[in-house]
Amino acid sequence: MIGCAGAMYLLINGRIMGASGILGGLVDGTGRSTWGERVAFLLGLMLFPPLLVPLYDKVDTRVTDNLWLLVSAGLLVGIGTRIANGCTSGHGVCGISRLSLRGIGATVAYIAAGGVVVLAFRHWLGII
Amino acid sequence: MKRNVFSALSGALFGAGLLVSGMIDTVKVQGWLDVFGDWDPTLAFVMGGAIIPMFIAWRVAEKRRIALLGNDIPAKPVQKLDNNLILGSVMFGAGWGLVGLCPGPALAAVSLNGFGGLVFILAMIGGMVATPVLRRALTPKGEAAWTSAR
Repeated sequence: MIGCAGAMYLLINGRIMGASGILGGLVDGTGRSTWGERVAFLLGLMLFPPLLVPLYDKVDTRVTDNLWLLVSAGLLVGIGTRIANGCTSGHGVCGISRLSLRGIGATVAYIAAGGVVVLAFRHWLGII
Repeated sequence: MKRNVFSALSGALFGAGLLVSGMIDTVKVQGWLDVFGDWDPTLAFVMGGAIIPMFIAWRVAEKRRIALLGNDIPAKPVQKLDNNLILGSVMFGAGWGLVGLCPGPALAAVSLNGFGGLVFILAMIGGMVATPVLRRALTPKGEAAWTSAR
């Protein structure tokens, strides 16, 4: 489904389905000329999944309630994805499938960094 | 208008995929990132499964060069790993590991994540707005800053 969504966005709209790029271009003004498509994508992304929740017994996203962690992580994700120009969907799904060196390099870097952080914060510090 | 409709449909399908695959479960995501500890590899199949239709789509797209609604297929960026790409990805990965949220699932599950999910999204947007300033500072002299939206 994720891959088909990306394929549709590429072949019909001619755009790369990257969540951080679509949102980032909207909030920092660089994507003003394509704001309609961006808003439409984000509305579909935010409003459709809750309609599917009743099909399941229980959907639990298990988000932490530690506000310090949430704010630090949000800032890191926001700044990092804009500096690197992509996140899991843009670099990971769309980049790797294009056999793009940048997509593959970015994916290796963020999974390694995520791995080290989980190792440190879960196994050494016991915070998460 | 047509573009907006297909854009919304892509977003909806993407969100549905993130929900169905378990990508919105932050503890499962952290388990997948726990490569050096107690690794849960199941989400690798989600990523692999997403890459297969995308791989076919790229083959078609690069042959057609123009999308169905008239836009050019985005050109492949210069194939070079630069400091911005690696530094940004390391920062992103660190944030992803801390709470198990990356941009797509954070948005797809905004209605399920409660107050914490909103705090994360607001901090993420704050970081995105602050980045153009940081980006200018971090781009080496003489090198064009990456402006293409991914």
